Amino acid sequence: MKTKLEIKRGAPGETPHVQTYDVKFEAGQSVLDGLRMIRRDTDETLAFRFACINANACKECMMVIDGDIDYACTTRLKEGVMKLSPLPKKALVRDLVTEIAPPDERLKITP
Amino acid sequence: MHLETDVLIIGAGGAGMYAALEAAKAGASVIIADRSLIGRGGATVMAQMTVAAALGERAPDSWEYHLSDTLAAGRGLCNEDLARLVCEDGPHRIREMDAWKVGWARDGEHIAQVQAPGHDRPRCVYVDVLSTGPAVSKTLRTQLIHAPDIKRVGDLAIVDLVVEDGIVCGAVAHHMPTGTPVTIAAKSVIIATGGLTRLYRRNSASSNMGGDGYALALRAGAELIDMEFVQFFPIGHLAPRLVGMDPIMWDPFRYKLGGKLLNANMREFEDDYATKDKRSDGNYVLTRDLATYAITSEVAAGRGSPAGGAYLSFQHVPEDVLRKNFGPVIDKLAANGIDLTKQNIEVAPIAHYHMGGVRVDTQMRTGVDGLFACGEAIGGSNGANRLSGNAITEAFVFGALAGVEAAKYAKANTSVWSAKAAAPALDLLGSAVKDSSHNLAERVVALQALMADKVGPFRTDAKLAEAIVEIDAMIAELGTRPVSSAAAFDTVLLDWLDLRNMLLVAKSVAVPARARTESRGAHQRDDYPGLDAAWTINQTLSLQGEGFKLDRLVPNAKRVAA
Repeated sequence: MKTKLEIKRGAPGETPHVQTYDVKFEAGQSVLDGLRMIRRDTDETLAFRFACINANACKECMMVIDGDIDYACTTRLKEGVMKLSPLPKKALVRDLVTEIAPPDERLKITP
Repeated sequence: MHLETDVLIIGAGGAGMYAALEAAKAGASVIIADRSLIGRGGATVMAQMTVAAALGERAPDSWEYHLSDTLAAGRGLCNEDLARLVCEDGPHRIREMDAWKVGWARDGEHIAQVQAPGHDRPRCVYVDVLSTGPAVSKTLRTQLIHAPDIKRVGDLAIVDLVVEDGIVCGAVAHHMPTGTPVTIAAKSVIIATGGLTRLYRRNSASSNMGGDGYALALRAGAELIDMEFVQFFPIGHLAPRLVGMDPIMWDPFRYKLGGKLLNANMREFEDDYATKDKRSDGNYVLTRDLATYAITSEVAAGRGSPAGGAYLSFQHVPEDVLRKNFGPVIDKLAANGIDLTKQNIEVAPIAHYHMGGVRVDTQMRTGVDGLFACGEAIGGSNGANRLSGNAITEAFVFGALAGVEAAKYAKANTSVWSAKAAAPALDLLGSAVKDSSHNLAERVVALQALMADKVGPFRTDAKLAEAIVEIDAMIAELGTRPVSSAAAFDTVLLDWLDLRNMLLVAKSVAVPARARTESRGAHQRDDYPGLDAAWTINQTLSLQGEGFKLDRLVPNAKRVAA
């Protein structure tokens, strides 16, 4: 099966752009599987957060998927087009990565 | 940016968080850093069920019985003093966690204790339903938040320890959100980075478990021990595709409900591989090393399931019983299209835990002044095979002990921080060149395949020799100059830094595995089947120039395992 992942990319201060990746997948695979395949096969610069790898234990892979906030690890890839963007109300770090930790668990560094 | 603290703890899983609490209680200032977020990465959060401790809530028990089972599982190689600490102090820590409201499951008024393989009686506590790890992580993080003088820092990748005149005095780190280098001066440092299961294709690890701590320890001059012993969890989920669940989830099902392991002929085969002993309980026949051997052997003999493992069946369990025990999980399985009353699932061994690790004494001191280690990151207490349920217990016990000892050390010593000693690691980061033409993410996958195929549970001299040559080639290919792609969340630089560690650690598994010409516990050699009494020794490893120095020790064992 095939899907197109349209991913909103960029860092703070840059004009965000949408990059589209063609992803081949097997039934049952997750959006996180798809993102990891993109890094392995086509674009290792794509940034997204995850720790536990599809177990839905770390809760780090939250993003906007087709308009809804969801976990990439429990949302399945589907044929056609899927749109991914970073969480809207969190400070953007880069691509799909946002600041999701409480402020007292971050170092305050101004780049 | 520069930070200063008494104690720096690297890793915020169960061991690191417990260390932080005890170090702060002893009056030290603490920075606890993780390259993931605090309490979210590592193995602890992934744990689903059992934590072993001789509480004696369901059947009379004593830490000595627990120790006896631990030593038997370790196949003669446990450091008995370390194993004893786990068994003796375990009950205290389990009750401490209970007082902190972790929510251990109850059996009437008592804390529930279930039977797990290798134990002579029901000894394992858990949090329902399959929530042990998240509950433990959350409880410890809540304690951290309310403790004085603990600074929690997520998204901070430690690049190297700083060593001045043979004494560890801090670390150099990479701040992931901004790409800024950070130096941390610390009077003592605790490695609590967990294991190395990310080195393998199929694993139950978090993404931050590529063995960083072992690499940091080696480069700082510390010794590793028992590195050839990687535990494969026999019944990791294989098929059909299952998301939103830990692949080791079937173990608790078996603890509570039995469960039949079947080959392609729908025949139960565990008994064929069992060495009959009193530790068989009817539900569970084989310890993890033997079950891994049994499944892999069935597959090799052409009796595997379609996806290359064994079938696991719960079709004998009525639906209401399934639902009573695992209700919310049954719903998650339904969302994955799996109905256990109608179908078998497929399971196969999966890299799960590392017995080996940093060599420490009973005060969690490495051989390098100022450097301590705890949790899965240390080696020795589990010998050649870890008893199920001991991983979280050792995280608590060794974590707490490391915290106390590192705080004591920090109070007795002044900082020997040296900016000059930090320069090489800062220079390494500074030398990174913009280049994303290597596809390092693919190299990580290639290394995982290499380790699974040639340094997996079944080994031969030829495969191990090839693995070492290929790892050396990958080290040469990686080079000494990092590559980078962006300032913020630099995935390319992180892969480079990860590979630098993973390749060193991969080799530190393959080299002693090749030297050990016998089969014992998690280390099985097709060319040397069977245990060789002459190999009742531990191998230690340290860096010497460009190569490894391999040494042998007689295990610290006083009693004979029952």
